[in-house]
Amino acid sequence: MVAWFQSELGTGLGWFVAHLLFALAIALPVMAVMAMSTWVDRKVWALMQLRKGPNVVGAFGLAQPFADGIKLFLKETIIPTGASRGVFLLAPMISFVLALVAWAVIPFDAGLVLADINVGLLYLFAVSSLGVYGIIMAGWASNSRYPFLGGLRSAAQMVSYEVSIGFILICVVLYASSFNLTEIVEAQKGAILGVFSMNILNPLLLPMAVMFFISALAETNRPPFDLPEAEAELVAGYQTEYSSMAFALLMLGEYMNILLMCALASILFLGGYLPPVDWAPLYAVPGIVWLFLKIVLVFFLFAWVKALVPRYRYDQLMRLGWKVFLPISLVWVALVSGWLVFTGHFSGGGA
Amino acid sequence: MIQAAIFYLLAGATVLAGIMVISARNPVHSVLWLIFAFVNAAGLFLVIGAEFLAMLLVIVYVGAVAVLFLFVVMMLDIDFATLRAGAMRYLPLGLLLGAALSVELLLVASAWEAGAIAPSAPPRSGLSNTQALGTLLYTDYVFVFQAAGLILLTAMVGAIVLTHRERAGVKRQDPFRQASRTPAETIALARPAVGAGVETEGGVR
Repeated sequence: MVAWFQSELGTGLGWFVAHLLFALAIALPVMAVMAMSTWVDRKVWALMQLRKGPNVVGAFGLAQPFADGIKLFLKETIIPTGASRGVFLLAPMISFVLALVAWAVIPFDAGLVLADINVGLLYLFAVSSLGVYGIIMAGWASNSRYPFLGGLRSAAQMVSYEVSIGFILICVVLYASSFNLTEIVEAQKGAILGVFSMNILNPLLLPMAVMFFISALAETNRPPFDLPEAEAELVAGYQTEYSSMAFALLMLGEYMNILLMCALASILFLGGYLPPVDWAPLYAVPGIVWLFLKIVLVFFLFAWVKALVPRYRYDQLMRLGWKVFLPISLVWVALVSGWLVFTGHFSGGGA
Repeated sequence: MIQAAIFYLLAGATVLAGIMVISARNPVHSVLWLIFAFVNAAGLFLVIGAEFLAMLLVIVYVGAVAVLFLFVVMMLDIDFATLRAGAMRYLPLGLLLGAALSVELLLVASAWEAGAIAPSAPPRSGLSNTQALGTLLYTDYVFVFQAAGLILLTAMVGAIVLTHRERAGVKRQDPFRQASRTPAETIALARPAVGAGVETEGGVR
């Protein structure tokens, strides 16, 4: 594709146009899926509680996300008098843009990736660690008590769980010997008994997969760790003073981050775009379909947990992060690397 | 040509952000500008092809250190007037430090120009950034690396010792005990006669 554009438009411009179109081809479907994910989230949540959920706008309420979008778009943007204007407006943009740029390194199929960089996983980790700024800036700039408390909670929570997420990622990276996401996916091909292409079936990585899922819940401020926006205590947390599109951007950024974490979990532990079983006929189904199905599965787990568990207390959350997850993941890195050296995983090439 | 343009863009943004850090009136804005400077510096690393260092800079400095920094600054109640009052008094010292730093940079740059400092050759070709750094750190420089780790450990222990206080009479929660409680331990059902009430020793056990 890039070669064709370059032959038509010249080397520099052709490269630019091709990549711009590719970026749009990722961003627009991601946003569409994200809009529908709010519907799925509410529907699953409702069904678990024997309610109907959104069912008025469109068939099965399918047009509900768009109705919500139009409603938010038509509302007035209110900026509180005491707010720090620049930071107040910058915060939703940062959180939305960061949630979107992370998709640049996600491999949708073999070779179907916008930026095939060799530190892809580190890039994702860096972008997700930047995500905290959108929230902390929103909380501070609102110049109000509830948003400030929400922002502080969220910052402390995300920084705490990032540490253990980092160690969990290292365990997977050790198996793949690479930070490149495509190589991480390819390393899972038939890795389990020569049949299954899923890291999660590896007994050494299964506990890490569970911990990654829980940390991802904490990282994206989802229930049971949604303390930054605990409605009973903080109204809506850091979003309290936001209205209209600024609020929409914050909320969309949040959902996009959830989808990103689902995609990351699929890539790291469920084999990404590979079919679950390494069997030739299954490769007839395009990789992007497999990835999509896996993302949907993980997202369903996210929605399930939301309906299932009560909210953690803040000290319990911190205890879980620092006193349980951090030591376990740290020991696990030593365990996995020890096992891999013992079995001679690194002897063939690599570094 | 494009690389030079990107370099000047990032370098200019870094310098601008640096100036804004010291001239912003609001300390939180200062920290946000500092973060902007960090991100631009990571971009500069990318321009010279050090992608691993760029990502580490973002993860460690922007994602962790600066967050905690912002955290502290946000919580502080800073009186801007007193903060500005001493500025003129500290100006000579600041200028002296700045001059010393400039001279050092100038010396290094001129030594580089004169060819006295040669960039060491990359360890092995065909290795990615990450592998090359890992190979170097864990073979040639393993003792220096371990020493750095020990220094950080000392700092960490020191910080914990300094802030740790043993206080009497603190109510603690034992999550294990909380989670392993059974209804039989905590709930007593009673069916008192009308008007008689229930005599208990302490209410909720």
